[in-house]
Amino acid sequence: MSELALDHEIDRSKMTVSNEVAIQIARMNKWYGQFHVLRDIDMTVHRGERIVICGPSGSGKSTLIRCINRLEEHQSGQIVVDGTELTSDLKNIDKVRSEVGMVFQHFNLFPHLTILENCTLAPIWVRKVPKKEAEETAMHFLRKVKIPEQAHKYPGQLSGGQQQRVAIARSLCMKPRIMLFDEPTSALDPEMIKEVLDTMIELAEEGMTMLCVTHEMGFAQAVANRVIFMDQGQIVEQNEPKEFFNNPQSDRTKLFLSQILGH
Amino acid sequence: MATMPDVRKDGFRLSMLLYDTRYRSITLQVIFLVLFAAAAWWLIHNTVENLKALGKDFSFGFLTVRSGYDINQRLIEYSSDSPHWRAFLVGLLNTLLLAALSCVTATVVGVLAGVLRLSKNWLVARLMTVYVETFRNIPLLIWILLIFAIMTESMPAPNAFRGENPASSMLLFDSIAVTNRGVYVPEPLFTRSLGNLDLGVFLVSWDLLVIIAVLLACVLANRALRKNAETVQNATGVRPVTWWKSLLIFLVPLAALKFALGFHLGLPELKGFNFAGGTHLRNSLIAMWFALTVYTGAFIAETVRAGILAISRGQSEAAAALGLRPGRIMSLVILPQALRVIIPPMISQYLNITKNTSLALAVGYMDIRSTLGGITINQTGRELEGMLLMMLTYLVISLVISMAMNLYNSSVKLKER
Amino acid sequence: MAVTFVRKEMLPQQPPPSSQVGPVRWVRENLLSSPLNIFLTLAAIYVIYVIIDHVGPWLMNSVWNAGSLAECRQILAGESGACFAVINDRWRQLLYGFYPSDMYWRPNLAMVLLLVAVAPVLFDKLPRKMIWFSAVYPFIAFWLLWGGSLWLPLAVIAGFAIGYAVFRGLSPMTNGALAVIAGALAALIWWFVAAAAVSDVLQSVIPLGIAAVPSREFGGFMLSIIIGVTGIALSLPLGIMLALGRKSDMPLIKMICVGFIEFIRGVPLITLLFTASLLLNYFLPPGTNFDIILRVIIMVTLFAAAYMAEVIRGGLAALPRGQYEAADALGLDYWKAQRLIIMPQALKISIPGIVNTFIGLFKDTTLVVFIGLLDPIGLSNAIRADSNWNGIYWELFIFIGACFFIFCFGMSRYSMYLERRLKTDHR
Repeated sequence: MSELALDHEIDRSKMTVSNEVAIQIARMNKWYGQFHVLRDIDMTVHRGERIVICGPSGSGKSTLIRCINRLEEHQSGQIVVDGTELTSDLKNIDKVRSEVGMVFQHFNLFPHLTILENCTLAPIWVRKVPKKEAEETAMHFLRKVKIPEQAHKYPGQLSGGQQQRVAIARSLCMKPRIMLFDEPTSALDPEMIKEVLDTMIELAEEGMTMLCVTHEMGFAQAVANRVIFMDQGQIVEQNEPKEFFNNPQSDRTKLFLSQILGH
Repeated sequence: MATMPDVRKDGFRLSMLLYDTRYRSITLQVIFLVLFAAAAWWLIHNTVENLKALGKDFSFGFLTVRSGYDINQRLIEYSSDSPHWRAFLVGLLNTLLLAALSCVTATVVGVLAGVLRLSKNWLVARLMTVYVETFRNIPLLIWILLIFAIMTESMPAPNAFRGENPASSMLLFDSIAVTNRGVYVPEPLFTRSLGNLDLGVFLVSWDLLVIIAVLLACVLANRALRKNAETVQNATGVRPVTWWKSLLIFLVPLAALKFALGFHLGLPELKGFNFAGGTHLRNSLIAMWFALTVYTGAFIAETVRAGILAISRGQSEAAAALGLRPGRIMSLVILPQALRVIIPPMISQYLNITKNTSLALAVGYMDIRSTLGGITINQTGRELEGMLLMMLTYLVISLVISMAMNLYNSSVKLKER
Repeated sequence: MAVTFVRKEMLPQQPPPSSQVGPVRWVRENLLSSPLNIFLTLAAIYVIYVIIDHVGPWLMNSVWNAGSLAECRQILAGESGACFAVINDRWRQLLYGFYPSDMYWRPNLAMVLLLVAVAPVLFDKLPRKMIWFSAVYPFIAFWLLWGGSLWLPLAVIAGFAIGYAVFRGLSPMTNGALAVIAGALAALIWWFVAAAAVSDVLQSVIPLGIAAVPSREFGGFMLSIIIGVTGIALSLPLGIMLALGRKSDMPLIKMICVGFIEFIRGVPLITLLFTASLLLNYFLPPGTNFDIILRVIIMVTLFAAAYMAEVIRGGLAALPRGQYEAADALGLDYWKAQRLIIMPQALKISIPGIVNTFIGLFKDTTLVVFIGLLDPIGLSNAIRADSNWNGIYWELFIFIGACFFIFCFGMSRYSMYLERRLKTDHR
């Protein structure tokens, strides 16, 4: 089993789950043409939860979290984020997007802007924060992801791990209440995975509500309070990490775990 | 498990027209359509008002009126008594003739120059670079005028060919005469001609149709032969030798046809002050044809060069490492890939040639711009209708060519996967 | 037999055999490597010989100082030779047309300022503030070239200011697209209704201006550059709109944009120019009759915009989808995403294509001769109509062609340099 080498003991003092509902998904369905990608998804995420979503490729896990900030449109059911229902109403969509941060597999940094400009762009143009203040916030988060000295470089001059940490900082600059991670480490070289995971762990320690699509099972065990297993567009099993890994119930889960852990 | 929090559900609000993704695009399109329609109405309204002020109406009736002007180059029967639509047709055929001739020669020149520019021979490669850069970077109109000036100013007059010791002589065994009045080349004649096919609008020579039909049959037969060779190769592994069979397939029917129709060449001859017999290619046609050829040839050369360069050297090395001979490497590996890259931009060059034929005005070549868009408009005062018809004609030609390109592109794409 | 071997002494490096080095080898490899190659070399040498034999003496014998073609022929005394005296005599006309010669400083200054205005677009090392000069430049250039009241260009600039003010005023209240439309409408109303009157009033109160030069005195390369540069500059925003429209998921807008682009690309520029000279007056309110150069610029702009749209569409297609998604995920709306994320990148990728479009358009400006404008070719006809220079062709064509060549070749090299730089750029 892939173990996550931790530099320090995880500080769980702030990792508390409240009763407040952050995301509520009910009977949500989505099709790509004839293909039924997401089938009757029901899910509630409380504030402070750290959820890892895993499953074989094509199981719809990325599509699920992309629906949460409406990069993909769902066709039936409801998604309510922070009390705002995602409908075709643009104002709601804008509101949800500025509350929810997203980190992509391929970073998607803006190559024509410096690291600092990448981080200040959305606060300035969406949140209408004064430039100076936005830059201070950006530097704060860049220090947090441990690359303040790169602030004036361009994304192309950074390594993959550094770029992904910038992408996390960029999302944090919008002061989101929920963070979505779409396979944040799968495009990285092995030696860079850890630096990104460390950043994510720190974020979890501060009590951020997180939904991560990832295959880093070490991360799931260390940080997650819930693991969701998806296959063929549906939620097959969910449980606390310890139970999930040690005592999987469904055959599909067992098969999946044996495939990713059993070498 | 899910108990949904209460989300307010109300009916339709006016603001939803803009802020709801379902209606937003319709709203914007309606606004756009209204603006567009208003602009279109404004233009049409102005046009109607202006026409009224000038005492004109909008009608294409002028097309059936007697044209009253001559056209010096005509592929179909035409005289000044013919109606304007016939002048338009003559112009259109002249445009198409010029475009077709130029496309063929520009392709030949372009492919040759493009390949030679990649030659290992330093001198030839440099020479071709100079050719491409010179012709690409100087406007086509200058080339047209320059070549026209060379033809009319620097070529000998017909009477220079006369006398015991003429100042100029004809080329290629006395078959071609280049004079300042144009070029005289041999014309095809048939002693046992099959006559003409009357299409109602114009006549088409049966001889031409028969020749085309026979050539087509030859191509099809050759294709069958190659297909057969492939079947044999697939079955036995040995490809039968086909080149002499192909040669026969083409030569025998054509030789028979030549005899059957009594085909021979009519040579131009100096009679009095000018040449008679043969086909007279006017300077205007020569200048347009030649200029379009060398100008577009330079662009095609670049396309061809880029297409060949796009196929990495690894491809030919891999093929050579498999033991294929250079000829086969070219036909089996390089060309199929290069053509995919070359043909789309090549077709857009053909499109450019067709549009550039409209520069014929500069040297008085009678294309549609000069007949319909020039003299007809001047004589009838029907600018609006004439220009409209001419633009539509060009548009149809362009669309046909780009449709061919799209067909090719999609057929290539299908083969990709 | 022993298979062990130990080298006692290392071999020093030796020069290759003489057949493998120096000019001999170069000639053998590059000119004479095979029978075909030998043939090609001989053919090339023959071609070069023929060209030099025909053109060389003519060029060597050229006459640079003479008042007329007859005088040239007298100086040459029967020998073949070029008469470049015509260039010496008339180069000012070829460059400026019939622009008053005591005011040549105005187009010259406009040209120098053009280079300053274009610099921040072409070289991204320069301070960003310079872009403001580029934005104001068109008005300066218009005023320098045509002269007249300074208030008119100022009034036109005021239109932009008004449009922007309306946009800013409305944008917090309503949706971005609506604010843009409202701003554009406000500006249009100002331009069509108020601008001319306001500038006239201001001119009568505080006269500011320089001597006006009518359009019919414009000509030569100055005219080509005016039409080419204005056409490209104006077609850029229009081309961006068309490209976005063509990519839009709204079928109506897409249809209209595709229709426009394909129509313009399907007809020759000449027909559009004739539309400008013959038909444009039909489409405008009765009694409007405005400047022929302006009419040509309108048509050339529409023409270039269609080609520009295709170039920019290529740039847009080259952007990865992740850029759009990241902009969405950060909560940027369509126009903000376009302005801040998509267009800066797409335009940068498109610059080589834009430069190539410009080269094509610049060459195409020679077609305005057909509607009676005095571009360099039109002037060459005018010069030939003078009895002094009747019958002179080559020298004029060579001069005009050489000017075009220098300009277009330079630009095409620049665009190739950009393409190479884009490929190696850190992205």
